[in-house]
Amino acid sequence: MNVRAHMSMMFHLDKCLGCHTCSVACKNLWTDPRGSEYMWWNNVETRPGTGYPTLWEDQEHFHGGWVRTRAGELKLRLHSRVKGLANLFYNPSLPVIDDYYEPFTFRYQDLFDAPAGTDQPTAIPISQITGEPIDIVSGPNWDDDLAGSAIYARNDPNLESVSAHVRAQLDEIERVVFTYVPRICNHCLNPACVAACPSGAIYKRAEDGVVLVNDTKCRGWRMCVAACPYKKVYNNWTTGKSEKCILCFPRLETGQAPGCAHSCVGRIRYVGVLLYDADKIPSAASVPTADLVHSQLSAILDPHDPKVVAAAEASGVDPGWVEAAGRSPVYRFVKEWGIALPLHPEYRTMAMMFYVPPLSPLMSTYEDGLASPDVHPAHTDFDLSADLDRARLPIEYLANLFSAGDVKPVRAALAKMMAVRAFKRRESVEGSVDEATLELLHKAGSSAREAEEMYRLTTLASFQERFVIPKYHRETQIEGHVDPLVHKGSAGRGYLQASER
Amino acid sequence: MNWNTILFLLVPYAVVPLAVVASAYRLLYRPYTVSSLSSQILESRKLFWGSISFHWGLVLVLTGHLVALLLPRSITLWNAAPIRLYLLEATGLALGLWALAGGAVLAWRRYSDARVRAVTRPADVIVLVLLVVSMVTGVLTATLYSFGSSWFTAVFTPYLWSLATLRPRPELVADLPWLVKLHAFNFFLLAATFPFTRLVHIVTLPLGYLYRPWQLVIWARRPSRDTGARR
Ligand code: HEM
Ligand code: SF4
Ligand code: SF4
Repeated sequence: MNVRAHMSMMFHLDKCLGCHTCSVACKNLWTDPRGSEYMWWNNVETRPGTGYPTLWEDQEHFHGGWVRTRAGELKLRLHSRVKGLANLFYNPSLPVIDDYYEPFTFRYQDLFDAPAGTDQPTAIPISQITGEPIDIVSGPNWDDDLAGSAIYARNDPNLESVSAHVRAQLDEIERVVFTYVPRICNHCLNPACVAACPSGAIYKRAEDGVVLVNDTKCRGWRMCVAACPYKKVYNNWTTGKSEKCILCFPRLETGQAPGCAHSCVGRIRYVGVLLYDADKIPSAASVPTADLVHSQLSAILDPHDPKVVAAAEASGVDPGWVEAAGRSPVYRFVKEWGIALPLHPEYRTMAMMFYVPPLSPLMSTYEDGLASPDVHPAHTDFDLSADLDRARLPIEYLANLFSAGDVKPVRAALAKMMAVRAFKRRESVEGSVDEATLELLHKAGSSAREAEEMYRLTTLASFQERFVIPKYHRETQIEGHVDPLVHKGSAGRGYLQASER
Repeated sequence: MNWNTILFLLVPYAVVPLAVVASAYRLLYRPYTVSSLSSQILESRKLFWGSISFHWGLVLVLTGHLVALLLPRSITLWNAAPIRLYLLEATGLALGLWALAGGAVLAWRRYSDARVRAVTRPADVIVLVLLVVSMVTGVLTATLYSFGSSWFTAVFTPYLWSLATLRPRPELVADLPWLVKLHAFNFFLLAATFPFTRLVHIVTLPLGYLYRPWQLVIWARRPSRDTGARR
């Protein structure tokens, strides 16, 4: 057992408001210099929808992630080693700026300089690349809230394997439904970006799992951009270097949660340590598709198990981190309660950011009496649990997002959340919990005690409970070879050396 | 001291060491500035037609020059049979034309695409112009003064070796036609721009990718008890 620690984030989609505060916090912190305006290291998508960059999930087109060969081995969908070098002159799978959007601003000075006249002066939109006036035709959340739209929602790749009958239902105006999916880099265990980089400029930090681009080694070949199935590496068109989410490691190292999580208005984000067995990565990533979720979760270790604690110590994991792993809210959601899943496990990069699938659109099916007006409110909890397939947001769709098309893990997570909801409803509205509700809870694999804990961590958790960030002790790691005062006062985003253009 | 000595003795002796030292300095101490400076994200269609033919054509022709310099006898022996001489000449010319066509597309792309123009600096234009001069004079030399593959080894190979071994004999190239001289001299100009422009990307060709491990994991400080191979 080769134990390592990972800083992971968990998104409780039920709570996301789609307010984009996270994206704006991230943009202000990291991506406002020229050349990176178009990058959204954190973005929030409306689903069903085409996402950002447009149709990023279409791997037939973008060639991201890994595929399993017939012999059961993994290979990059993008290229072999030789082909990677042969394609250096022209990267055949690179998205272009129009797949994202042409960054724009407005000519505000016109508001002041306009000559006196009879109509209001306007600030016309101009491209941030050329400075010329442009027609804005897309943006990072251009399809915001456009559920049911023929150009966006209906082209969502995750709808492909959903049966025609269910898709038709989705198009009915009364059943139009959507949810939000905020995305950052998944800081994968088996990252395709790292594997695809010809210069070996991208690496994973052993201490906390953060995946970083070393910009002094990056030569701008852009293979990482194409190989990342989540399209979370971006090419800066002024510096020529690739840039990506850094999980706000300068904040983590000083005990603060990443900017997106810290600013999250819906408090949907949880940050904590997961221990994993690094020896299991290659085998866990190459099992048949149906076993992927299970194999990934089984690489994540129980921080309360004395054997794991001993192995962690032997592998050099800081004891403070092992202790923090024991209090990790992410661990509880992912492993103890089993209601959080990785995004698109079929890409086989072993994404380490997790999602609790959204329950609200399912419940509103019944609560609004839209899809099933004949069910008595007192029975809805039971009725819907028994018949998740009638849910307004098709369960196959969620399964395509979070469990490689296998509805079982999604169904289990939703059933458990629904049972907890019924339990708390009985408890707080009726003052007591009847046998039938307890039975529902048991059937969902939960207990009254666990339900109470899930409820507390979901709804009432404080900052300290949502973000459990152990001490990094960076000073002890670097002071041997770098004077800790060398960069005093120079923290933050900037360039140590000017780029050529 | 005549013009020939200045252009083919002083200039190379000034420019080539400068290129080596300045490139090494840049790679070692200014690594952040070294990049292929791709503009593919801004424009991809024309780049496809330009970059692939330009690069493959040029890289193969350059390799040909290098073989003639390092292994001149192999060329002489190959060219002993006329059919093989024609084959080599035709291949070289075709590759040169292919590269030139690609270079033309690249130049047109820099000029015609507003987004690419926005990231074009004077250095990009200088480099492209010098390269186009190189390719045009090269292709013309191949057509007007055949058979280059044979006389290169008789003229340029000894000349370049004389420079490399510090026993310079610039007179070896003194009687060449001006077009051929321009082609050779233009190379020294390119060498002069090499460390200061995107041309340094040529020496960063990442051959290590053929054997490095797929995944890279780095410890800020390797734990003392760390045993297994972690990288
Ligand atoms: C042998 C390895 C080489 C590699 C891997 C390589 C790679 C690249 C790449 C990735 C670009 C950026 C293209 C883009 O905009 O996306 C580029 C551009 C360029 N390369 Fe190379 N190159 C190589 C050799 C050369 C050579 C031998 C020359 C000329 C002597 C050269 C001259 C150029 C020029 C002039 C450009 C700019 C083209 C433009 O105007 O956009 N390269 N190269
Ligand atoms: S999600 Fe992040 S770590 Fe995973 S492949 Fe993409 S850029 Fe790399
Ligand atoms: S800040 Fe939180 S609630 Fe708002 S969009 Fe981002 S993740 Fe959702």
